[in-house]
Amino acid sequence: MSDAPGTTVVAGRGAPPAKTALRPAWPPRPRTYLWIAGSVLLLALPFYLDRFWLQAGLFAMAAAIGAIGINMLTGSTGQLSMGHAFFLAVGAYGYCAFAGDGGDELTGLGLPTAVAAVLAVALAGLAGGLFSPIAGRLRGAYLGIATLALIFIGQHVLFNAHDLTGGFNGRDVPPLNILGFRFDDSELVVAAIPFGSAEKLWYAGLVLLAGCALFARGVLRGRPGRAMNVIRDHRIAAGVMGVPVARYRAAAFVLSSMYAGLAGVLLALVFQRTVPDYFGMVLSLEYLAMIVIGGLGSVAGAVVGAAFVSLLPQVLTRYSDALPLVAESGTGGVAPGEAARYLYGAAVVAVVLFLPGGLIRLVTRRTAPPKHPDKPTPGTPGPSGEER
Amino acid sequence: MTTFAELLLNGVSLGSVYALIALGFVVIFKATEVVNFAHASLLLAGGYVTAVLHDDIGFWPALLAGVAGAALVGAAVEFLVMRRYRGRDHSVLAIVTIGVDILLVTELTRRIGTNVLAVGDPWGDAVLTIGSVTIAETRVAALIAAGLLITAFLLVFRHTSWGVAMRAAAESAETAALMGVRLGRVSLGAWAVAGGLAAVAALFLTVFPTPGLERSTSLAAMKAFPAAILGGLDSTTGALVGGLTVGVTESLATGYQSDLTFLGRGLGDLAPYLVMIVILLVRPAGLFGTKELARV
Repeated sequence: MSDAPGTTVVAGRGAPPAKTALRPAWPPRPRTYLWIAGSVLLLALPFYLDRFWLQAGLFAMAAAIGAIGINMLTGSTGQLSMGHAFFLAVGAYGYCAFAGDGGDELTGLGLPTAVAAVLAVALAGLAGGLFSPIAGRLRGAYLGIATLALIFIGQHVLFNAHDLTGGFNGRDVPPLNILGFRFDDSELVVAAIPFGSAEKLWYAGLVLLAGCALFARGVLRGRPGRAMNVIRDHRIAAGVMGVPVARYRAAAFVLSSMYAGLAGVLLALVFQRTVPDYFGMVLSLEYLAMIVIGGLGSVAGAVVGAAFVSLLPQVLTRYSDALPLVAESGTGGVAPGEAARYLYGAAVVAVVLFLPGGLIRLVTRRTAPPKHPDKPTPGTPGPSGEER
Repeated sequence: MTTFAELLLNGVSLGSVYALIALGFVVIFKATEVVNFAHASLLLAGGYVTAVLHDDIGFWPALLAGVAGAALVGAAVEFLVMRRYRGRDHSVLAIVTIGVDILLVTELTRRIGTNVLAVGDPWGDAVLTIGSVTIAETRVAALIAAGLLITAFLLVFRHTSWGVAMRAAAESAETAALMGVRLGRVSLGAWAVAGGLAAVAALFLTVFPTPGLERSTSLAAMKAFPAAILGGLDSTTGALVGGLTVGVTESLATGYQSDLTFLGRGLGDLAPYLVMIVILLVRPAGLFGTKELARV
């Protein structure tokens, strides 16, 4: 245990020259082509898809950002959080409160929206920081159920603090405006395609998601990620090895709530209205389902899981008339939303029982061995997938 | 003073119902080391069976069917899902139960829809007056039923061979298995018992003064989580104390809501969780839970 991280770090440091000797930079790996093709596809999509699919994609992006955050907390550091929806709500409502102009009798500071978005993320981080003394003392199921309390506190505040949240009916979300570029439905035609809020936000979402994913990858592959994994696998051993356990656990909580806050801001911008009902128990369970289905402790897994869980209901809604067993909502049969919940509930069970490591494991298992035949890949999702 | 006595009595009665749920939760944890997040859905299943059948076969047979149904669902979850897991890490199984919970709650809430189902209990909205204190008959029935069930359970747990087997399995699964305890049966039994207890609790969560079985009943059942946790996950005493604490807190917070309006409406639903957080801050393993010792 004690020398394993040391050796891999050394191997990691020493590896680049050896790697370049083994594999010249040109021609690039097939994987690089895949990345390029994927990016081009994602960038081109707004020109071809209608608003429904763009919104679905945006939900998936926001969910992916939130899932990356909770995955750092639950997947990598082993702190079970069932209260992630609370931090999403802090982000969403924080943005509204900071950016709102106070017009509809609701508190609004009227700050520039970009500043408001940053402040909302910081506020979510602060909320996570305030909860971390409690989180630091608890483990496993105790922590899971304590975070459950956050949901109920959050719902209570959302329904009762009328001045701030608008109560049951929620409040409108002011559109994002960065240096005069407005992310709303004001007409902007690019290559004969009218760009509305969905198209504009799509690119903002892509940038945010890419930034979040890269940052999380950096955190998880570096020293902090190793420390977090040791804390998850053996808290006391981590302390003995000199990892400041309490500080890391608190930091993981703050970071993951900031991710959740950002996801909340993005969701609010897509919805254009925030309602308290959305940020309930179901949402928290959805986020847990995402990271379990995708793969605990891995950034790519979180993104895959988020896409799966959040696109499923949309796909089923769109094609409900073509699918057997799925009826339109309100007709008494299985509504698309419910069908989606059956599917991802079953997926959670199936993945944990039969596919430890999640969907992402299917991909890495197939491609990883030929790439690094002789050494375990340092810092890849592999080790974290092993235990769970 | 009368109000206080009424609220306290209501709280104790409600608390005994929560204790029933928490007891099942703790039994599963003790026997199998699995934290069962699907517990609220077992309760909903029991309540649903009772509510659907009572019109056709009468209340008492329906209640029995509900208990049997929930026990069966619990046993099925254990047999079909929990037993398939071959790893050693039990925290993973907690996540599986979340998946099971999503499945069961979706199915049951779909069936219930927006309806409020009556359970057809014989007490109705009758009240009992003792001196100046008025209390609903259902609350008295809940207190008596929960008291009887808990006593019976603790006696069984202490004196029958099944109880001994379960306690042995909780102490050390491997040793128990070597001594001839069939772990599969023990955990199957634990899930079934937990389901049955939850079904009885479902009855008392849906009778007067609550309107009936509806989709939000599972949210009410979730208050058993703080009950189990604040008492300590592996302690039956803790489940009882935790249940009573949560019940009394909720009842008092709801009752004195009008004096606490600055905290907003619906405080009663929130109070148990706040109490839980305060207790966990002082005692991270709950009031009666054993502190986890680790060997490095």
